[in-house]
Amino acid sequence: MKTSSRLLSAFALGFLTSALVAGAENVAVIGGTVYPVSGAPLKNGVVLIRDGKIAAVGPAATTKIPAGYRTLTATVVTPGLIDAHATVGLSGILNQPHDQDQIDKSASFQPELRAIDAYNAKDPLVAWVRSLGVTTVNTGHSPSALASGQTMIVKTFGRGADQDVLNPAAMTAVALGRNGLTAAEVVPGAGAPSAKAPGTRAKAIAMLRTELIKAQEYGKKREGKDETKRPAHDLRAETLLRAFSGEQPLLINVHRQQDILSALRVAKEFGLKIILDGCADAPLVLNEIKASGFPVILHPTMARSSEDAENLGVETAAKLRAAGIPFALQSGYESYVPKTRVVLFEAAIAASNGLGFAAALATITLDAAKILGIAARTGSVEVGKDADLALYDGDPFEYTTHCIGTVIAGEVFADGSR
Amino acid sequence: MASFSLRWLALFSCGVWPASAQETPLAITGAQIISIAGETISRGVLVVQHGKILAIGPADTVKIPVGAAVLDASGKVLMPGLVDSHSHIGAGTGGDGSSPIQSDVRVLDSLDVRDASIRKARAGGITTVNVMPGSGHLISGQTLYIKLREARVIDDLLIKLPDGTAAGGLKMANGTNSIRSAPFPGTRAKSAALVREQYLKAQEYREKIKRAAGDVEKLPPRDLALEELVEVLEGKRIVQHHSHRADDLLTVLRIAKEFGYKVVLHHLSEGWKVAPEIAAAGVACSVIMLDAPGGKLEAREFDWSTPAALEKAGALVGFHTDDPVTDSRLFLRSAAFGVRAGMTRPGALAALTLANAKILGLEQRLGSLEVGKDADFILLSGDPLSTYTHVEQTWIEGRKVFDRARPEDHLYAVGGPGAGNPQRAHLCCFTSAGDLLAAANGANQ
Repeated sequence: MKTSSRLLSAFALGFLTSALVAGAENVAVIGGTVYPVSGAPLKNGVVLIRDGKIAAVGPAATTKIPAGYRTLTATVVTPGLIDAHATVGLSGILNQPHDQDQIDKSASFQPELRAIDAYNAKDPLVAWVRSLGVTTVNTGHSPSALASGQTMIVKTFGRGADQDVLNPAAMTAVALGRNGLTAAEVVPGAGAPSAKAPGTRAKAIAMLRTELIKAQEYGKKREGKDETKRPAHDLRAETLLRAFSGEQPLLINVHRQQDILSALRVAKEFGLKIILDGCADAPLVLNEIKASGFPVILHPTMARSSEDAENLGVETAAKLRAAGIPFALQSGYESYVPKTRVVLFEAAIAASNGLGFAAALATITLDAAKILGIAARTGSVEVGKDADLALYDGDPFEYTTHCIGTVIAGEVFADGSR
Repeated sequence: MASFSLRWLALFSCGVWPASAQETPLAITGAQIISIAGETISRGVLVVQHGKILAIGPADTVKIPVGAAVLDASGKVLMPGLVDSHSHIGAGTGGDGSSPIQSDVRVLDSLDVRDASIRKARAGGITTVNVMPGSGHLISGQTLYIKLREARVIDDLLIKLPDGTAAGGLKMANGTNSIRSAPFPGTRAKSAALVREQYLKAQEYREKIKRAAGDVEKLPPRDLALEELVEVLEGKRIVQHHSHRADDLLTVLRIAKEFGYKVVLHHLSEGWKVAPEIAAAGVACSVIMLDAPGGKLEAREFDWSTPAALEKAGALVGFHTDDPVTDSRLFLRSAAFGVRAGMTRPGALAALTLANAKILGLEQRLGSLEVGKDADFILLSGDPLSTYTHVEQTWIEGRKVFDRARPEDHLYAVGGPGAGNPQRAHLCCFTSAGDLLAAANGANQ
């Protein structure tokens, strides 16, 4: 049996070169333990991949691998990891002016800036996170202005924004607290920010409310019966309107408890759909977050505790879970070294600090997929979903375990055992 | 959880100690002991008294002194306190923007012993730290080696040398961090020229002092900056040198050889490219382990394989946190990542302890669990290289400075509201974590 599957594998490998051109190939992934996340772990499991989708998941004993399938073997198989909020592909590896597209400092309120117009699928950090199991990222503009731009959800194939995109306009990034004030960040080579406001928290909220009211009024006028009286298209207002409809929620970066409450207040006033981002002070306002019903994309577990995020803690994830608040983990935005974090490592620290293995894995797979609205496509190992998998030679959260391969929609990436 | 015999419980938990060092012997029993100096002991005994290690060995070979307090650490792992050879905890500062060479500046004169970062480092099992000024200068000042004892004032943290002075090194840097607008150098070659010029001055200064032969009339005027460089030339102070790119690493070796001073390389993003050259020069390395490459040009080709390559080549390898670049509480993780990329397990554990003690020139006092050395040790819940392991207790010179079971210590171990600094006056000029990091690495403030 072993010999034959090795032969099969060798045979499939020869076939692979041509198959790769078409993208997906037919693959059988054999796992010592398969964690579907949507259900109980499967010992000695097999995942069959056909046409880029998961065609079968079952015990090796009863799941027949069809002839011609390439076989991959791993100690542990998980769904491909999902980074619920990153800036990878926009904040490039070099950290030089020419590869930093996560923030434009000419104005403090620019929700119309699209991630898809800036995403560099070839940035080495995209391949880096993929080599550690990440197959999907919600990436875009950084929390460095009141409204810095939009995010997109993209698979980490590394081909190009248009080929790899799942949702070109997923969320609109808003930042309250110090991150949203004008002098929040010095971008290498970009000089002093030209925007003068907001300089205070109260001013930031006033500006945000003003823009939302403008968008509301624009929306009403656009629906007016007399076509000649309709206003010209306004990219900014149209972006914000999609937060009213819930189609493109505001991703509001907040750390201090007063800023979390401000975000909830504004959402309530305008009936917006929002997602709370960062939330270092979440343990101080768990009831309020829970009552709002909005999910949280929590700061990286190992983020540096300073300034507004001074209160962040490695047990906050466990506290959110205990409170019954839907949440996911993120790699966030890094302005210096390391230029990106990796959600695999962030979840590992959460796992060992009260969250536990299963819940921690969910924060970077299925729970993240639900918050991003892509759970029908990816986030778990289930028949019919995209064949997005990560392969490890041990417990993925152990520091000494290697990610030995990544599969995206059936396409096998071996970025080197890392 | 480990517990003391009742008799001593009150004394230990209140942290009330005699003015002199710990008088009553303390025996820690039942733990797996990773001494670093020898084989791992599956169930060992460590006896400490007067802040020093009195005895260590398997349970059946070590006699517990009569009257000793006993700490039952069954099921735990005991290893030396971690030594961090490069950190910025304590919110210290170094040279300012006035010149690229400031060897007269001391971290000693700027450290805040009450800064939360020091408590957090104790929670990470770190007992000895080289606190460095930033890397935005060719020479940014004198570093300070500290013990993370309970402290009211800076003097409580110092490591005193036999001559009564505080132990420390000299921070130097090359590559892009110290290349800035005038009066700083604009190129690498200019950087090297300025450093060589300064060491030539120090050589001449030393010569003048020697020629004066104690005659006050003939002595040159005291020069604080050159005095420190003379200490370097005489091997009394080790140069702790920031350097990333392969060519920059070789430049450090070249200049150190020219002037014959002892140097340790720090960071080494591209160390994997020149490991044999570094090993051949007999120069030690303090490596940083990051979650990803990039963030600056010189870290573009950062690779986890650097410590393994250096170890294989025969170089002495330590790790550092560069806190706040990586978190002191996760220092054990650096060793695990070293193993992940091919380093040996003993080599990786030594890189957190004894190798770093050597890097700081303190190996006679600390870095391993050996009779006569400082009683600096940590108790772990499990394998030091496992994600799921926690540092449960940190002991320095026979005194417990961190106990995860104490709520106030637990707070600093895991963070959360209250674990930050109530006021951050020293951060007056920074507006984000990025700025803080840039400042720690020497960007214009």
